[in-house]
Amino acid sequence: MAARPGVARFLARRLAQAVPTVLLIVVVNFLVLHLTPGDIVDVLAGEAGAATPEYVAMLRQRFGLDRPLMSQLGSYVWGVATLDLGYSFRHNTSVLRLMLDRLPATLILMGSSLSLAVALGVVFGVTAARHVNRPVDGAIGVMVLLSYATPTFWIGLMLIVLFSVKLGWLPTGGMMTIGAGLAGPAKLFDIVHHLILPAASLALFYAAIYTRLMRASMLEVSGLDYVRTARAKGISERRVIYGHALRNALLPLLTVVGVQLGSLLGGSVLVESVFGWPGLGRLAFEAVQQRDYNLLLGILLMSSLLVIAVNLLIDLLYAVLDPRIELA
Amino acid sequence: MGAWRRLARGFCRRWTAPAGLAVFALVLAMAASAPYVFPEDPFSMVTRPLQWPGENRQYLLGSDMLGRDLLAGICHGARVSLAIGGAATAAALGVGVLIGALAGYYGGVLDDVLMRGTEAFQTIPPFVFVIVVVVIARPSIRSIILAIALVSWPSVARLVRAEFLALRHREFVQGCRAVGMGDARIIFRQILPNALAPIIVTASIMVATAILTESGLAFLGLGDANVMSWGSMIGAGREMLRTEWYLTAIPGIAILLTVLALNLVGEGLNDALNPRLRDR
Repeated sequence: MAARPGVARFLARRLAQAVPTVLLIVVVNFLVLHLTPGDIVDVLAGEAGAATPEYVAMLRQRFGLDRPLMSQLGSYVWGVATLDLGYSFRHNTSVLRLMLDRLPATLILMGSSLSLAVALGVVFGVTAARHVNRPVDGAIGVMVLLSYATPTFWIGLMLIVLFSVKLGWLPTGGMMTIGAGLAGPAKLFDIVHHLILPAASLALFYAAIYTRLMRASMLEVSGLDYVRTARAKGISERRVIYGHALRNALLPLLTVVGVQLGSLLGGSVLVESVFGWPGLGRLAFEAVQQRDYNLLLGILLMSSLLVIAVNLLIDLLYAVLDPRIELA
Repeated sequence: MGAWRRLARGFCRRWTAPAGLAVFALVLAMAASAPYVFPEDPFSMVTRPLQWPGENRQYLLGSDMLGRDLLAGICHGARVSLAIGGAATAAALGVGVLIGALAGYYGGVLDDVLMRGTEAFQTIPPFVFVIVVVVIARPSIRSIILAIALVSWPSVARLVRAEFLALRHREFVQGCRAVGMGDARIIFRQILPNALAPIIVTASIMVATAILTESGLAFLGLGDANVMSWGSMIGAGREMLRTEWYLTAIPGIAILLTVLALNLVGEGLNDALNPRLRDR
C-alpha cells in the first residue's frame, strides 16, 4: 500500500462523509425512543409498588428526564461524541462497558457465520456457474431457494432437534461448558463446539444469497476477454477460475456483504436468543424487555457504527482487489 | 390482449413460477376461509392435548399442549401473516415511491438531502430497529406494520430514484414539459407507469421479507398477543422442543412454503416484466 499515498486522504474523506450519517442516526434513534408512552421511571416506580409523586419527580430529576427534549438530545449527542453513552440503571454499569463485554461474543458469531456463508457461496456459486443449466446447477438452485425462504430461528430450532436432541453430537446452547474450567486449546475447542449450530443457522440465509450472486457474476466474468485470453494461453481450468475469474467476480459479493451487515446483526438477535449466545443481540432483547433506553440507544448506535466502519473497510478492500478503482 | 399473453408466457417460462403462484393461492384460500372452516377461536381447547399429526383424523396436524387444533392455528396464522405482509409492503411502497420519485425527478439539493437520509436509515440494522419501534409503540398488528414499513421503504426509494434518474431526460418527459404538463402529473401519470415493472417485482419479495420479519418478532414474544401467528406458535412450541418437536416444525414449514412461493412469484414476474434480464 506504500505506493498509494491516497489511502490516508481517502480515509479522512470517507470519515468526514460518515459524520452527518452518524448524527442523523443518533437523532433518529433518540427521537424514536422518546416517542414512548412510558419511561424508565414509570417502570421502576411500577415495580416499587406504591411510589409517591415526589419520589417519581425526584427520580426524573436525577435521570435528567425533566429537562426539555432538545436539551436531553443535546447532552446525548455530546455524550456520544465523547464516547459517553450513558448509564444503564438496570445493570448498574455504564452502557459502553456492558456493550464491550458482549461485543466479542457477537463478533465471533457474526465473523464465523459470515466466513462460512462466503465460503459456501463461493464454492456453490462457482460450481453452479461451471455446470450452468445442468443437473448440478439445478440442484444448487433448489437448495438456494429453500435456504432463502427458511426462517433463521426456525432452522436453528430444527438443528437443535436433530444434532442435539436426536444425535447428541452438539450442545443445545450457551457459549461454553459452564463450570468446566477449561483453558487454552481445550477452551477454544469447547467454544467452537458451541458455535457450530448458531453459526450454521445464521449463515444459511446469506450463503443462499451469495451463491446466487457468485453464480451470476462468474457467468458474467467468464465471457470477458481477459478470461478467454487466459484460457487461450492454455492455463488449467482451475487456475482460470480461481486465479483470474474469481478475483473479479468477488467484487459484487463484497458490496453485498457490506450492505447486508445490518441485517446480519438483526439475524443474530434471533439466533442468539435461540441458542442463548451471550452477545449484543441478546443484550438488545434484554434491554427491550427491561425498557432500558440508554442501553437500547447504545446498542442501536453501536451496531450502526459497526455497519459504517465495515463498509469503509470494504471500500478499501475493493481498491486492493481491483487496482483500477481509485481511492478518490 | 397480446401484451397480457406475452406476460403470461414470460411468467410461465419456468415451471416454478406457476407452482409458486399455486402455493400462494392456497395460502390465500386458507386465510380467506379460516373464519368459516374453523369458526372456533384458534386459542380455545378443542381436543386432547399433544396429539401428533395423523393420530386423530379430526385434527390432521395434531394438537398442542393446550389441546388447540394446529391446523386451525395455521389457517388463522395465514391471515395475520398475509395482512401484515401486505399492509407493510403497501405502506413502504407509498413512502418509498414518493421519496424516490421526488429525489430522482428534481435531483440537486433535494436529491442529496433525501438520499443521505435514506442511506442513514439503511445503516441502522433493520430488525433491531423493528424491535425497538414495536416495543415502544406496544406490540399490536398496527405497530408491527408501522415498524416493518419504516425499515422497508429505503430500498424502494433507491430503486424508484434510479428509475426516475434514467427516465427523466427521455423525450416523452420533455414532450410533456413542452406541452405545459405539471410536475405532479408528469411524475405520477407519465414516469411512474414506466418505472412500475421493477417496483412490482420488488413488492412480492418485500411481502416475503415482511412475513419473515413478523414471524421473528412473534417468536421473540413481540407479536400481537390477541391473534394466532405462525411465529408465536413456534415460540410456544419451543418449550417442548425435545419431545414434541412437530409443534415447532409445522408452523415453520408454513412460513417456509409461503415465503418460497412469494419468491418464486417474484422471479416469474421478473421473467415476465424484464425479459432482457431474465438470464441473471
